[in-house]
Amino acid sequence: MRVSAVFLILLLATPAQAVDSVSVAVASNFARSATELAERFRAETGIDVRLSNGSTGKLYAQILNGAPFDVFLAADTERPARLEHTGHAVAGARFTYATGALVLWSRSASDCHALLSDENSGRIALANPKTAPYGKAAVEFLSSAGYWDSVSKRAVYGENINQTLQFVATGNAVMGLIAKSQLNAPQLPEAACTWEIPSSSYSNLEQQVVLLLRAADNDNARRFFEFLRSDAALEIIGRHGYEVSP
Amino acid sequence: MNIFGPMWLSIQLAFFTTAILLVIGTPIAWWLSQTRARLKPAVQAIVAMPIVLPPTVLGFYLLILLGPDGAIGSWWVQLTGSALTFSFTGLVVASCIYSLPFAVQPMQNAFESLPRKYLERAWTLGASRLDAFFTIAAPLSLRGFISGIVLSFAHTLGEFGVVLMVGGNIPGETRVISIAIYDHVESLNYAAAHRMSLLLVGFAFVVLVTMFVLNRRWGER
Repeated sequence: MRVSAVFLILLLATPAQAVDSVSVAVASNFARSATELAERFRAETGIDVRLSNGSTGKLYAQILNGAPFDVFLAADTERPARLEHTGHAVAGARFTYATGALVLWSRSASDCHALLSDENSGRIALANPKTAPYGKAAVEFLSSAGYWDSVSKRAVYGENINQTLQFVATGNAVMGLIAKSQLNAPQLPEAACTWEIPSSSYSNLEQQVVLLLRAADNDNARRFFEFLRSDAALEIIGRHGYEVSP
Repeated sequence: MNIFGPMWLSIQLAFFTTAILLVIGTPIAWWLSQTRARLKPAVQAIVAMPIVLPPTVLGFYLLILLGPDGAIGSWWVQLTGSALTFSFTGLVVASCIYSLPFAVQPMQNAFESLPRKYLERAWTLGASRLDAFFTIAAPLSLRGFISGIVLSFAHTLGEFGVVLMVGGNIPGETRVISIAIYDHVESLNYAAAHRMSLLLVGFAFVVLVTMFVLNRRWGER
């Protein structure tokens, strides 16, 4: 009896959600940029932003199943558009906040091209193409450039683009196809080769943001949503290796 | 992707893990049941640790230890030419650590409940310690063995977090059924997720019922 009373008190004492905070779902490749944006936004407005990272596909599935997010920073245009269609996002508000790029990255070999064509050069890490847009772009590039036969047998799949980079950074994979924005991650081991994949060889990595329906009347969420296209935000996003269009 | 590929892979993983744990776990369990060494609590704690630690802790250390730059991984690369991470062999190593307590603890319990006089009689009759173990202790501890086998098999079948961290989701190699289900759920392919999950639910039920039936039958003897 006493134990359950203590338990009840603990339950009641769990931190109440700060009324004026904004919940944001963020595609993994954008996690660090979003952290910096959130800090800047808090400094300007005093409003807290709570970030949840994951692959775009995973966050999308969570939103369809009622996850309590106000804003969704996706890594593609397809899922934000679908959310608008199905009435999960505020119609007409969707916009492109960044355009990413795909990069082949290795710690151990200096010739990126040779790594791809040599079947015995070791494991290559990709993000899961079913849920991560960067993984999908990676498969598109590998197929269109004729590398898929050499690569498919030695590919390992990260759950999202951050795990993909982690596989390479820890030396468990020889190379990885990652997001350009990840290159300036702190504590990243020095690269032996970095090759920015020509954007013509994959369908683009335009990244869109939507205001989710539950935040339609939430002023703080709207402010953060609008803040994403301010000059200050564009400067931060550009600095992280994305193309931005003012 | 068919349903049975990942299921079969999981069954293979569980089979190898259980077989290895039976070989490694039995002497550990026997030693723990007989010893009065001061070290005993420490060894017991090490064996039980995978129950307490989150799979992320095991996965993190295994990723570092088993990788091509790691202590065990680099040695393995020299030996076989390939790394342990992202391989079926690596998953077997990970599962042996992950499921160790589930093999050792039931066996240890069975050994501890064994009347000591049986063993002493065997010894006075001239049986060697090994002899006495195989002719007296092991047959009388059959229930402990069955529980250990079934639990480590079932626990390996249900393994997820560690595999997510060191597996790399490779079809036919490391995409075990729990990972395949996760994949389907994440990509909203609920039909496939349902088929695999139901298969697993049915399988788990049959395995556990079999264990309890066997346990009761042997318990009555």
